[in-house]
Amino acid sequence: MDQVVFRKPKLLNDTPMHYCPGCTHGIVHRLIAEALEELGEYDNVIGIAPVGCAVFAYNYFRCDMYEAAHGRAPSVATGVKRACEDSTVFVYQGDGDLASIGMAEIVHAATRGENFTVIFINNGIYGMTGGQMAPTTLPGQKTTTSQQGRDPKEHGNPIKVCELLSTLTGPAYIARTTVTDVKSVRATREAIKRGFTMQKQKRGFSLIEILSTCPTNFHLSPLDSMKYIDEVAVKAYPLGVYKDIGLIGEEKKQ
Amino acid sequence: MKKLWKGNEAVAEAAVAAGCRCFFGYPITPQNEIPEYMSWRLKEVGGHFVQAESEVSAINMVYGAGGAGVRAMTSSSGPGISLKQEGISYIAGAEIPCVIADMMRAGPGLGGIQPSQSDYLQAVKGGGHGDYKVFVYAPASVQEAADLTFKAFDIADKYRNPVMVLGDGMLGQMMEPAEIPAAIDPATLPVKKWAACGHNGGKQRVLSSILMNPDDLEEHNRKLTRKYEQMAKEETAYEHYRTEDADIVLVAYGIVARICKAAVDMLRQAGIKAGLFRPITLFPFPYGQLVKLADGGVNKFISVELSCGQLIEDVKLGLYDSKNRPEVGIYARVGGNVMKPEDVADYVRKGKVSSSWIK
Amino acid sequence: MKKLIFDEKFCKGCGLCVAACPKKILTVGKRLNAMGYAVAECIDESACIGCAFCATMCPDCVIEVHKEGR
Repeated sequence: MDQVVFRKPKLLNDTPMHYCPGCTHGIVHRLIAEALEELGEYDNVIGIAPVGCAVFAYNYFRCDMYEAAHGRAPSVATGVKRACEDSTVFVYQGDGDLASIGMAEIVHAATRGENFTVIFINNGIYGMTGGQMAPTTLPGQKTTTSQQGRDPKEHGNPIKVCELLSTLTGPAYIARTTVTDVKSVRATREAIKRGFTMQKQKRGFSLIEILSTCPTNFHLSPLDSMKYIDEVAVKAYPLGVYKDIGLIGEEKKQ
Repeated sequence: MKKLWKGNEAVAEAAVAAGCRCFFGYPITPQNEIPEYMSWRLKEVGGHFVQAESEVSAINMVYGAGGAGVRAMTSSSGPGISLKQEGISYIAGAEIPCVIADMMRAGPGLGGIQPSQSDYLQAVKGGGHGDYKVFVYAPASVQEAADLTFKAFDIADKYRNPVMVLGDGMLGQMMEPAEIPAAIDPATLPVKKWAACGHNGGKQRVLSSILMNPDDLEEHNRKLTRKYEQMAKEETAYEHYRTEDADIVLVAYGIVARICKAAVDMLRQAGIKAGLFRPITLFPFPYGQLVKLADGGVNKFISVELSCGQLIEDVKLGLYDSKNRPEVGIYARVGGNVMKPEDVADYVRKGKVSSSWIK
Repeated sequence: MKKLIFDEKFCKGCGLCVAACPKKILTVGKRLNAMGYAVAECIDESACIGCAFCATMCPDCVIEVHKEGR
């Protein structure tokens, strides 16, 4: 009798994903589905897709989905949670969606302590529209709207979302991870699972920022894009848990 | 049982009576009583109130709650309704029912907080992107504001479309005796199978307005257009006041229509056969009624409005199909000023007809 | 018993699995799938230890990993 060690999680359907080869969106989609499956969540999950490369996320998940206006996914989720208080809601956003046009929405959802889990893809670029500068683009990083490299004097400085939101009272769990290797992929799945558990226990707002790749607009191979994250991006966006008020039933870590 | 109601609060209570259980608002004069009222009232019926960080956020909260099948509402005034336009277009595109109360104030820009009708075209022609329509009711009294808000939720659900209750600062702030329609229990409403609220038994529901394939999006637009044509056929509402033998007809909606009724009576006393035609639905607009009036002998129409020539556009549009092209003029006050009945009567008596409100 | 099942129509030849495999038994070959991507494949399944590192790194859920059950 052979044992299945690894298979596609149930919450993902059989639609081929449109993401570019090696794009980490695909990995994160799977981790969300795996985390929910481990928590026994299937029938009562609702996802909110952003505007950006993940605008078509609703094509890949089996659960009920909304496609929100650019930057407004946290507001849509707020409305959904009021209407369906017992549903497990995840909000999937990119850095343009969350930290640029949607900054007010994410800050206020966080400070309201909204009981949903935000999966924040920080790849430092606007992917869907062809590689423009994002709020998380690093100084010196060349994009189609910072062609000589981002100049803080002219284009402002990157925004560190985990640090920013962790100063608020509403969030229960904020962490930043990567998916550049097996170890970090598994750590990301645990972080996502913890976010969903916070939500189930109504502990408040949870957000997992995942440093992600955009091979096409990095002009790097999928593998070199992963190296870029490990060698460059993590220096600007230190990994770790930025806020964790603990789960019910968990003894306080001294 | 009639009670003395402030317009804004009657709108709020009527929404609760209609089974509205989610309200998302933001402060802006002259509609503040609506979110204020909802902030305590909805809790009493197990509903939810959120003061959003902006009107942009509020309309997207409506997108979420309405998309999950709950009767959801927001309210605002001109500047806030401008901020909501993108969200309203998304709501229309994703076919999500909701009710939006708009108590107009003088514009443009920050403008003033006094009554106005200067957001007429924004409301009825659609201020957002794409070919969509918002169903628009224009109440002329506190009682009608309650009745139309109550009905708005049925229209929204029937057509899965945003419905606007378009009032103004005066209607929102004034008090009149009114009776709120009998409350219904939202649990008795028909189940919305399309709603994305989980427990879907494996059958996914998606609420989205994106259709990348032109043929799909064209077909979707055809479906929306059929919906709007059906609205025109089944829901158009209006009122005639002394137009049976009128030579001249004032066209006005909302609070201005009440001012015009008094003006019509004055003119009638002075021997001038005037009448009032009042559209109650601004979309769908009762164009056909104007043609009937014109073909029935009315040779002059005056659009009486608190805007610089917005309602007059639809009056002219409606009369396009009339056999003899009657004269169409405008009498308007803006900026928050509101004309008195005698002002209207004087204007008509002078016999002037101009399509410019400043002449 | 097949240890690695590649659902090739999902593969985009990104190579992340190849890099992740500790046994270095994966490669992106010459065969193309319907989308025109060169698909990943296993060159020596006998050496596969069923660690599923490849599947863990795959953005497109291409690889199902099986192991000898007890």
